[in-house]
Amino acid sequence: MRAFLTMVGKDLRQRSRDGTLIVFALVLPLGLAFLLNMLLGGDPEEDFSARYGVVDADGGELASMFVEDVLEPLEGEGILELRTFASEEEARESVEAGEIDAAFLVPDGFTDDLHNGDSVELRVLGDVDSPDEVQVADGVAEAFAAEYHRVELAVTTAEPSEEERAELALRAAEAPAAVRVVEDTDADWRQLDSPTYYAAGTAVFFLLFAAMPGVVSLFEERRTGTLVRLSASPVSTLGILAAKLASTVLVGLVSMVILITVSTFSFGAEWGDPLGVTVLTVAMVLAAVGIMSAVAGFATNAEQASSWATVVAMLLGLLGGALFPLANLGGLADLSYLTPHQWFLRGLSDLSTGDGLGSVLLPVGVLLAMALAGASVALYRMGRMLHP
Amino acid sequence: MTFLEVEKVSKSYGSNKAVEEVSFSIAEGETYGLLGPNGAGKSTTISMIVGVLRPDSGSIRIGGRPHGVGNNATKAQIGFVPQELALYPDLSAWDNLMFFARLYGVSGAEARRRCGEVLELIDLADRARENVSAFSGGMARRLNIGVGLLNRPRLLILDEPAVGVDAQSRNAILESIQRQAAEGVAVLYTTHYMEEAERLCDRVGIIDLGRIRAEGTQRELVSQVGEDDTIVLSLSGGTERAVLALKKIPQVREVSTEGSEVRLLVRDARSTVPLVLETVADSETVLRSVEVREPDLETVFLHLTGKALRN
Ligand SMILES: Nc1ncnc2c1ncn2[C@@H]1O[C@H](COP(=O)(O)OP(=O)(O)O)[C@@H](O)[C@H]1O
Ligand SMILES: [Mg+2]
Repeated sequence: MRAFLTMVGKDLRQRSRDGTLIVFALVLPLGLAFLLNMLLGGDPEEDFSARYGVVDADGGELASMFVEDVLEPLEGEGILELRTFASEEEARESVEAGEIDAAFLVPDGFTDDLHNGDSVELRVLGDVDSPDEVQVADGVAEAFAAEYHRVELAVTTAEPSEEERAELALRAAEAPAAVRVVEDTDADWRQLDSPTYYAAGTAVFFLLFAAMPGVVSLFEERRTGTLVRLSASPVSTLGILAAKLASTVLVGLVSMVILITVSTFSFGAEWGDPLGVTVLTVAMVLAAVGIMSAVAGFATNAEQASSWATVVAMLLGLLGGALFPLANLGGLADLSYLTPHQWFLRGLSDLSTGDGLGSVLLPVGVLLAMALAGASVALYRMGRMLHP
Repeated sequence: MTFLEVEKVSKSYGSNKAVEEVSFSIAEGETYGLLGPNGAGKSTTISMIVGVLRPDSGSIRIGGRPHGVGNNATKAQIGFVPQELALYPDLSAWDNLMFFARLYGVSGAEARRRCGEVLELIDLADRARENVSAFSGGMARRLNIGVGLLNRPRLLILDEPAVGVDAQSRNAILESIQRQAAEGVAVLYTTHYMEEAERLCDRVGIIDLGRIRAEGTQRELVSQVGEDDTIVLSLSGGTERAVLALKKIPQVREVSTEGSEVRLLVRDARSTVPLVLETVADSETVLRSVEVREPDLETVFLHLTGKALRN
């Protein structure tokens, strides 16, 4: 353990003197996030105005309630512009043409089904280019769904017997909301607001570069001749490699913490629930180090390792939507799920709409799996460097 | 008491048999030299003994216990000075020493004490805080050796430690190695300089093309050559033709050249010198000097392999 800490400490000391690392880990991501946010980002809450459509295929009392009591008052306040469509096809065309941001689809039988106690779907058709507006539309529908559920329960439980009361309470606790909101949008993930998106994107983009000095340092040790001393020392191969990975992870964590802190205070990034962000960030750093060290493991010298790692970091970053939104990727968008960046950003946006840690379990799981796979490959390949 | 036992270790790189069934042993307090030219297999042998390289076959024991890549207990008893400098140039001499001391489980006040001692020994105490990148070649070499002493090894292994060091530093290095041996440390020393082996080593193994060709004390090795003497000629120009002619003299057993120096292994120098001088005179080259030497390790090497140690 002492030898392990000694090696980690030595690596960190070397890293702290590496000017290039500081540029890549801190200066570039902050500078770029700031610049992108200034040039491309706008404050979404300022002059928010959405264009929504509604298709009332039901015509019943509850459908009218949604349109008249929920949507129209919002239109009255100037928050949204409302258009009525006769059919889903018309609404969809309008969304695709960019004429409206989102459409609410109230299905046939909405009122009757609800009265009969069946659950129904209230669908939101969203435009991928208007993520903020789609998110607001979702919120509106969710609010109606939640409200209706409470109302319905109150109605059905008017003056029941003791037995019925108990049974109803049980059923109410188990029952899902009667109105289920289904978002039907071609956007892969609900986007973050722009300061957060640019801060998070550039942070993870450069995180892979910040891991580079660490993952090529074994080649560096070979160049300085110190690798044979490590191999000859009474420290296990696994211990030596684990120390290398650990110091690289620490560098990544430190850079992320600094970036998160600075972006929060200097240009208003809102990363979200601290626990969720912490878990997500740790998983992302582990994945970044795992992937980068696996890449380096296949190289034969420091130069090759650096150039391969650079290419991989660039490709993954661009493909993962870290520097510009995925919508611009077109058909490549699905491939973005191969990148840790995409999972991290998705995790952050899930966190911004979901309920804490539970909402990021999938992204965290995927990131940890990437970390594990990468580290296994790296340990295998680099073990052979220590004892050829 | 035997401390290191190497038994029939072999290592190949592809079809190149770098080390072939090398066996030797070193006792506590004994200094053993591996003498051989570049590419003989010295460093490969050492890599296997220090636990960096796995032998293809054969076994190594240290203090009677099996030893190899994964045996940390035996590895902890070895002090290793690699042939190439093995230091962090971006750290100070002090930080380098402290790092390697801790790697061997020496820490705190004890580590600081040993680093201080080693710095005195290698005469770098006043430069301890400077980065190694600012060191001269000789200073870095000395520090490289110092690192190998930090763990108070019972087996000290040095791979050509005095290459590229000025004469004064070399003396200091050899002296400090002799002190280690006097304290009971088993020393393994490789070199392609006969003088170092002669001065330092109790026993010498002569290695060439991956095999140990002969082994013993200097006296034993030299006696293998029998009554042969060495004649060293210094020529200027036309060396090749002279060598061809010299090889035809029946009393000349081996001829090797190193630059303008020609070494002859002859049965009886007294009677052969006139013949040699005559031949040289006939071969249109200018003779600068002639020297007759008692057989030495260089002679032994020439006798065994038909070539010079350095070429
Ligand atoms: N890593 C390696 N890969 C391939 N061949 C090697 C390697 N290291 C050494 N060799 C070869 O093994 C032989 C012995 O080399 P080495 O042990 O370095 O000799 P020495 O130390 O006596 O100069 C040489 O032929 C050398 O070319
Ligand atoms: Mg060598």
